[in-house]
Amino acid sequence: MPVRVLIIDDSSVMRKIVERSLRQAGIDLTQVVEAGNGAEALTALQENKVDLILCDINMPVMDGLEFIKQLSGVVNAKGVPVIMITTEGSEAHVVQALSCGARGYIRKPFTPEQVKTQVIPALTGKP
Amino acid sequence: MNSSNEVLAVGNKQEGWCGLLELATREVFQLMLASDLTAPTAEITLPHEVTSMVGLAGQLCGVLSVRCDEKSAALMTSKMLGVEIDKVGADMSDALGEICNMVAGNFKNKITGLGDGCMLSPPTVITGSDYTTYSVADKPALEVRLMFEAMPIVISLEIHS
Repeated sequence: MPVRVLIIDDSSVMRKIVERSLRQAGIDLTQVVEAGNGAEALTALQENKVDLILCDINMPVMDGLEFIKQLSGVVNAKGVPVIMITTEGSEAHVVQALSCGARGYIRKPFTPEQVKTQVIPALTGKP
Repeated sequence: MNSSNEVLAVGNKQEGWCGLLELATREVFQLMLASDLTAPTAEITLPHEVTSMVGLAGQLCGVLSVRCDEKSAALMTSKMLGVEIDKVGADMSDALGEICNMVAGNFKNKITGLGDGCMLSPPTVITGSDYTTYSVADKPALEVRLMFEAMPIVISLEIHS
């Protein structure tokens, strides 16, 4: 399945690693849109339609949780699954992210297999 | 957030933290760089050309740092990104910052009560060896020395009470 993805992280190295992990997980990426924080991502979504969003939590300007809250008003993001990728791996953070609307949660450090485990069900709509 | 009693519990259980710091570091290198760190078999010369630091605030206050030589930092970046070592360029500082960030996050998530009660600062990376640091830490830093591809790295945690 061809996938257009938006990767949001304030580290450009981490954005590259996430992209590489998706490819290693066998995801057929046809377009990769990058953003350094939530505000940049909202702007990017005005011009780009994507199938999947992978988002860090701790970022300057607008963090990942605030980004998800603001997603509901973005036409291009309707029904698009969001998966958080972050070092903030506590139970409370997971609950907070899921209650804000995230479909999945990946803790750094991670393997491509862990990425696949979260991304495939999110893309296919299966639990 | 946890209660002040739990804060105290965190402060009283630091004797096992060196092992957790080592485990947290090994996991980051294994998962993100596909590299198994080893213990030094002889006295090592402490590396100091690249220092990456992340501050911790909340129930645990302090600074976690990862130190290594430039050649080692370049190889880490190369392995993280899957590119040739001569192509890492400007990504090196970002990569070292992320490694330190992941070690700090992985470490705090291994300690009961710290995951929610301790926040991490964005990483800072210093390149060069001609600098001195001043710390208000009131006890010696926890320090872990490991070998990455036969090159030494030092991970330390200074705790401010």
